[in-house]
Amino acid sequence: MTDVPDDRVLVVIPALNEQETVGDVIKQVGVILPDAHIVVVDDGSTDRTRDVARAAGADVISLPFNLGVGGALRAGFRYAVRYGYSVAVQVDGDGQHDPAEIPALLAALDDADLVIGTRFAGSGDYAVRGARKLAMRMLAHSLSRRTSAPLSDTTSGFRAFSRPTIETFARDYAAEYLGDTVEAIVIAAKAGLRVTQVPVAMRPRQAGEPKQGPLKSALYLGRVILALAMSRLRR
Amino acid sequence: MKTHVVPLVGGLIAVGLMVELLRRRQLKEKYAVLWFVVGAAMLVLAIWPGLLDMTARALSIKSGPNLLLFVAALVLIVVCVHLSWEVSRLEDRSRALAEEVGLLRLELDRRPPPARLSSASQRP
Repeated sequence: MTDVPDDRVLVVIPALNEQETVGDVIKQVGVILPDAHIVVVDDGSTDRTRDVARAAGADVISLPFNLGVGGALRAGFRYAVRYGYSVAVQVDGDGQHDPAEIPALLAALDDADLVIGTRFAGSGDYAVRGARKLAMRMLAHSLSRRTSAPLSDTTSGFRAFSRPTIETFARDYAAEYLGDTVEAIVIAAKAGLRVTQVPVAMRPRQAGEPKQGPLKSALYLGRVILALAMSRLRR
Repeated sequence: MKTHVVPLVGGLIAVGLMVELLRRRQLKEKYAVLWFVVGAAMLVLAIWPGLLDMTARALSIKSGPNLLLFVAALVLIVVCVHLSWEVSRLEDRSRALAEEVGLLRLELDRRPPPARLSSASQRP
């Protein structure tokens, strides 16, 4: 597959109330990468996410209260640094990300430090419209310029990280809304890390409601503009 | 010298409250100092209302109350911004602590059970 030995790969699964799906995700990852370590970061779930994940054979970092994806991921990065993993992969616990695509992400790490699994680059079908589409375009445009890499889906949570990226993010990782994706790319670019994207197919969610609706999309656009302006200020 | 009762009582209550909170160790010194200064200013103005107009004239502001409102608004804005800053800092710290608690809990999960239990199972 790749020249990255599997046993140094850490698969980080941030999960909030995903008892229905997280067990299957863990099992599927185990089939694809039998030697990888899987750590689920339970972001203050109120359901049985922790028990399900442990029963499926994953280690679980239980956060005492909800920190948001940014906090959950930084805990994962700190774990990776502490136990010396050379590569980390982020997979969502809701089953949207197909673990079969992980080897493609890992392969791209040969020439990059942060690999983003992208929904719009031809593979699979994923459609967005209206304000949300505009917001995603703006993000793609702005972040592509700053990383000087063509990025089309900047808010994807299906990513692979090299050791330098893990170390950077363990120190400095934004907790705000969109910070885990947008701000993270900015932080990586600032640290001189190479960012790239790989087309992946996404599956429909296995449980839970997708975030849609015109009002929510408009709100999303507003928050995107704010996040971009903030990251510009912090440059 | 004319003394206004309402501002005097207000100033006394403010200073008294600070002293009481400090005495019970409910307030950090750095915040107490600020409110002490505010309370003391209120007291001074209550005892000597002419000072307000004098200061206003010296700063070429038309009337004393204008100066008072301006300064009060300024002080409150600065205090609010400072508190937002403190809260952000505390949130960052509690976030780091929460992450650390999660990692430590995982480490505990991995430990073998306590020695007492394992020695009890090893019967001679």
